Amino acid sequence: MTQGHQVEGKATFEICDLTVSLGGGAVVLDGLSHTIVAGKINALIGPSGCGKSTLLRCLNKLIEPTKGSIRLDGVDITDIDVLTLRARVGMVMQSATMFAGSIAENLAFGPSSLGQEIDRPRMKELLELVSLDPSLLDKDAQKLSGGQAQRVSIARSLANKPEVLLLDEPTSALDPAATRTIEATLIRLRDELGMTIVLVSHSMEQVERIADTSALMLDGKIIETGTPEHLLTGVHHHWTEQFAKGKLSSQKENQPN
Amino acid sequence: MLDILSELLPRLPGILGALTLVSLAIGISYWQKIGLEKSMSVAVVRAFVQLIAIGYALQLIFDSDNPLWIGVIVGVMLTVAGLTSGKRAESIPKARTIALLSISTSLALTLGTLLALNVFEPTPQSVIPIAGMIIGNAMTATSLSMARLRDDLKSSRSAIESALALGAPSRVAAQVQLRTALATGMTPLVDSTKTVGLIALPGAMTGMILAGSPPMEAVQLQIVVMFMLVGAAAFASMIATFLTYRQFFTKTHQLKL
Repeated sequence: MTQGHQVEGKATFEICDLTVSLGGGAVVLDGLSHTIVAGKINALIGPSGCGKSTLLRCLNKLIEPTKGSIRLDGVDITDIDVLTLRARVGMVMQSATMFAGSIAENLAFGPSSLGQEIDRPRMKELLELVSLDPSLLDKDAQKLSGGQAQRVSIARSLANKPEVLLLDEPTSALDPAATRTIEATLIRLRDELGMTIVLVSHSMEQVERIADTSALMLDGKIIETGTPEHLLTGVHHHWTEQFAKGKLSSQKENQPN
Repeated sequence: MLDILSELLPRLPGILGALTLVSLAIGISYWQKIGLEKSMSVAVVRAFVQLIAIGYALQLIFDSDNPLWIGVIVGVMLTVAGLTSGKRAESIPKARTIALLSISTSLALTLGTLLALNVFEPTPQSVIPIAGMIIGNAMTATSLSMARLRDDLKSSRSAIESALALGAPSRVAAQVQLRTALATGMTPLVDSTKTVGLIALPGAMTGMILAGSPPMEAVQLQIVVMFMLVGAAAFASMIATFLTYRQFFTKTHQLKL
């Protein structure tokens, strides 16, 4: 693993020697170690099947690792009650699944599961935070566009007041305009709330646009870490170069002739 | 065996008469190239042999008046029901154990209540046919609930994991699926209870009327049977749903599929 231009900061997650193997001997994560920096947008990038979603799901214990440890603010997550951990570490899935009922009911789901209450002014604040019109609060959540639903699903996680937000390719199903709105929301969460964000992405352009730090994954390992600029310009693992080249060629395609 | 045959012989013309209807059905199958002739013939022969065998066995048991035989017969019924139901839900871990446990607990609760309240005499003549009815209905409820829960958990994976990620315990995250599975197991019996007497005269009542009992006496028995079967289906669905649910979630609220 080569490293360069490391982003300094307090560690939120310290991942050590993490291994996830499935029945039948398939290894999804292969002794992976990584640090998630507090108050930054930490990107995980790599081809599909490299294990980035699995890594994300280990961080809020939706998956039990076979081996290795994860520490959150210095405490091993196996020592934290799992439901408390999930309230502290919010997660947004690839395509948002809205629960039956209004947006307000969706926003109340997390707090009420944890035995807490959330009032309407706070709900409106949350919608504003994700650039949604607060008057939508009583709208049927099943009738939202993909981009709106994804923003509600971010707001729904924020209702638990998490310290960390995990996002699993949150924009892969969205059009460019909706993608930009989500990206702006993430920047806002980092800048205004100082939130630690872990963003799984398949797009080098997106990582370059918003991430402070990035880790390139391949075959269940992290092969490169550093700032997005470093991934694009430094001396690398051959796969990093391929990734960068892919990025450059797609950039060329986007340029008007 | 001889006395059974001598009893059967006078009824043979009636059986042969009913058989002409079966040959007619086989004829239609052949004519319309449905291809069911072979399995129809096998079914007819099997039904004949199985029913003669159980008739013979029941006659022996009633004559011997040894309560141990009740246990043996009910044990065989339970085993066959458990294996049949478990096979329907094969992809669920421990499907057979779950099915057997659900059906036998349902039988114990229902039959136990009826015997404790003195609704039936604890004689082989009442216990064996009643246990048969309970087991048959509990088996259907068990199969339906198990298969439905498995299918729904698979198809709702993203909704369930979204709920888990918000800090909901697995029972809350799978609430909708659990309710649907319960309802699915109980619906056939609730429906037939609603329409009983309007669409078809149920089996126990038909049997008594054919055997010459006064209709009101038959109705009394049928009401008891109906209520008992609703109870049996409810118990079986509940236990099967709960045990199946436990197979798909870990103690740390993770969904494993």
